[in-house]
Amino acid sequence: MDFESLPTAQPVARLIEEFHRLPGIGPKSAQRLTYYLLRAPEEQARALAQAILAVKDKIVLCSQCQNITDADPCLICRHPERDRTQICVVEEPLDILALERTGGYKGLYHVLHGVISPMDGVGPEDLKIRELLERLKDGEVQEVILATNPNLEGEATAMYLQNLLKPLGLKVTRLARGLPFGSDLEYADEVTLTRALEGRQEA
Amino acid sequence: MTTPKIYKTEAIVLKRSRLGEADSLLTLYTPYLGKIRAVAKGALRPKSKLGGHVELLSHSQMLLARGQNLDIVSQCQTLDSFLPLRDDLWRISCAVYLAELVDRFTEEHLENYPLFRLLLDSLRWLCWARDGGLVLRYFEIHLCHHLGYRPELGRCLGCGAPLQPRPSFFSPASGGVLCPRCGPGLARPLSLNALKVLRYLQRSSPAAASKLKLTPELSAEVEGVLRGYLRYLLEREVKSAAWLDELRRESIQQTVSTS
Ligand SMILES: [Zn+2]
Ligand SMILES: [Zn+2]
Repeated sequence: MDFESLPTAQPVARLIEEFHRLPGIGPKSAQRLTYYLLRAPEEQARALAQAILAVKDKIVLCSQCQNITDADPCLICRHPERDRTQICVVEEPLDILALERTGGYKGLYHVLHGVISPMDGVGPEDLKIRELLERLKDGEVQEVILATNPNLEGEATAMYLQNLLKPLGLKVTRLARGLPFGSDLEYADEVTLTRALEGRQEA
Repeated sequence: MTTPKIYKTEAIVLKRSRLGEADSLLTLYTPYLGKIRAVAKGALRPKSKLGGHVELLSHSQMLLARGQNLDIVSQCQTLDSFLPLRDDLWRISCAVYLAELVDRFTEEHLENYPLFRLLLDSLRWLCWARDGGLVLRYFEIHLCHHLGYRPELGRCLGCGAPLQPRPSFFSPASGGVLCPRCGPGLARPLSLNALKVLRYLQRSSPAAASKLKLTPELSAEVEGVLRGYLRYLLEREVKSAAWLDELRRESIQQTVSTS
């Protein structure tokens, strides 16, 4: 049977519409996914629907670090061996995964869930900054590592946090910025090169 | 206007958002092609040759390929990344505000070379300006000029009489100043000093304008007048203006609390 030639039934149109609202999914992909599911075995469709619901029902934000988790506090915040004097501030939960893969960091995290983006009307009050300040109150944390992305919004957010945290008497550090591994000097832009020079280390 | 399949242009990146996995969707302002939207493929990958060259507010030389919907950036070399802006939250926020104004006030593919120049000169000026606010006011008044909304500051828009050196009124709807007889009830009051500042900004070069020193009160008045005019023309708020206000409030708080 050729689905494309039929006038679209309402539930089908609705599913296409829902897929289309997802990031990175255009109208064509939304159609393709919908028709794929129409043909797929029923168990597969149910499993997908249940997985989506489970994410919404069981996943919460960790009340301490704001990372997504199914248990509050999250595994990292609960871990007895993590260094509780350090907090690494990141933009998104995925950044934690990237840093954890290195295995080199033993402190805690804090997820902002975004960056300051004046043109989009996103200000500090839209980020988890109040929650960060709350965590710094009891004096256990001694160092805050700002690990926002090295682009304009990430740096603006880091500068804003720096100003905010400085008066609290903590050590505030930034991830070293510079050349990405495997990149080519020749193609590096001026900002990256300048930062790399500023952050040079004795060989 | 038709552009060849592959073309070369200078561009300032006004806006940049993520597209799919690793592409950037750019809004560019160019000297002869006006505003264009283009894709920088793979720009978010760490090893991308485009990466930092297509960062927000950098001025670059680009090679673009005409695509079906969006043009594709195939090569890019930074001419100026305005480095001094990038380490200063206030300056970079001012620059973002300029970019938002250009984006909001322009249509795609409409050439406006003087506006491109104004943006470029203003970004350079912001790098060293003592008073970032002054750069913004200069930009605002000349932006209006290059868009065909040059505010009339020489004669009354009500009765046509040349303006006397007296406190007057500013009317966004009329597009300029009203005299003390025509203005009351119709427009916001404008002090004589603010009128002088507006006139001076309108006829000066950036170098001359940068010598102005305004008291906080006068600076706030001129800002209010120009912002009101822009809001009237745009029929909505400029989003990054709210951020500038917030930054200023916080820096005042900080200086108050440390002194
Ligand atoms: Zn946690
Ligand atoms: Zn009059």
